[in-house]
Amino acid sequence: MTTPRLYKTEAIVLRQRKLGEAGKIVTLYTPNYGKLDAVAKGVRRPKSRLAGHLEVLTHTMVMLAQGRNLDVVSQAQAMESFASLRADLHRLSRALYAVELVDRFSPEGAENYHVFQLLLVTLRRLAAAGNVDTVLRYLEMGLLSLAGFQPQLAHCVSCERPLPAAPNQFGPAAGGALCRSCGPKVAGSRPLSLNALKVMRLLQSSSFGEVSRVRIGPDLGQEIEMHLRAYLVHVLERDVRSAAFIDRLRREDFWQPAGVSS
Amino acid sequence: MDVTPSAAAPVVRLIEEFHKLPGIGPKSAQRLTYYLLRAPEEDAKALAEAILEVKEKITFCSVCQNVTDRDPCLICANSERDPSLVCVVEEPLDILALERTRSYRGLYHVLHGVISPMDGVGPEHLKVEELLERLKGGSVQEVILATNPNLEGEATAMYLDRLLRPLGVRVTRLARGLPSGADLEYADDLTLTRALEGRQEMS
Repeated sequence: MTTPRLYKTEAIVLRQRKLGEAGKIVTLYTPNYGKLDAVAKGVRRPKSRLAGHLEVLTHTMVMLAQGRNLDVVSQAQAMESFASLRADLHRLSRALYAVELVDRFSPEGAENYHVFQLLLVTLRRLAAAGNVDTVLRYLEMGLLSLAGFQPQLAHCVSCERPLPAAPNQFGPAAGGALCRSCGPKVAGSRPLSLNALKVMRLLQSSSFGEVSRVRIGPDLGQEIEMHLRAYLVHVLERDVRSAAFIDRLRREDFWQPAGVSS
Repeated sequence: MDVTPSAAAPVVRLIEEFHKLPGIGPKSAQRLTYYLLRAPEEDAKALAEAILEVKEKITFCSVCQNVTDRDPCLICANSERDPSLVCVVEEPLDILALERTRSYRGLYHVLHGVISPMDGVGPEHLKVEELLERLKGGSVQEVILATNPNLEGEATAMYLDRLLRPLGVRVTRLARGLPSGADLEYADDLTLTRALEGRQEMS
């Protein structure tokens, strides 16, 4: 897609890194140009007109000028700054995980409108009340599907027979669920409870509204998180770093586990 | 690095050393190297000695974790400063900025970084334990969280707040609002909201 020299686009700010004396490189996710890096000049100075509009986790409207190497942000106007996300450590940690996941899944410049929409609604859901962990699981399953890595949950990935309504296994390296006789033969597979399988199928096939109405207890939530995380690490071939901070907050039990059981 | 293979080995070595520094690209590294080649010998010696001295003499203050050549550092050892007030900053450079104002008379604590989950930097990588240890003495009454007002700085401040509040110490955050010389029309919503919230009586 050819882009004019100066172009305007919506974007969600995924990441920033310092550049030179006072600038930053911002990583943006846009609906029509995919993920792209742009230079924001002078944003580390207190009088910067751009800085507040280009913070990580901001849904913003930017004017970009094509540069020789990277595009340059010439104007920015925040559309949603998700103040409630930033004011709550446990929501914030989830939101950072969400943007890191999208960053990891997205090659530079590959347009994917659905990923943009999914990330935007995910941030809105995280900013609103409700079970933040279900929001993340829904994002994970959605990104996996959009990237073509949807785990196979209908039948056993090995013998291809339908899975019995009983405890089965999940094999991250195998790409999905395994029946009880195939599971032990696949390295790295772990027990998958029937309820976890049901919720994971629901995450794959239903709207968020339907999934959020399901009551997921802490143990079940943890099991699903473990399977999906193992699968993501397998697909991405690396850890999602922000997960460590979520785990730490949980361990330290700083916050009431708001909405975990609802 | 692609330097002309015809350059003498010591020159290439110096270029490569400069190239490792932050903000120095290959061209700047070459320029600095050839500048030093032409500079008087005592200038080059002075630079080399200054670098060595920094590495040999500078350590972290055992109280505030600032970089210092004596322990405790000049600020911590100054009896005219208020020991009941501790200002928590990200980096030693932030202390210089705050000291320039000449309006702060308390002590500092340097975290040497900021929580950045996406980069894998958690509280365990910062000087948080040292801060907690310091507060156990009971002489500190107020902790001012002066991390940067960006995402990572706010996350760090929130994290510390939850950690420190149960200790019975007063925890405050630097005010956030409009910088002097700013234009209202270019301010972002969060900053404007905070500026409104923090408005003060004209005096």
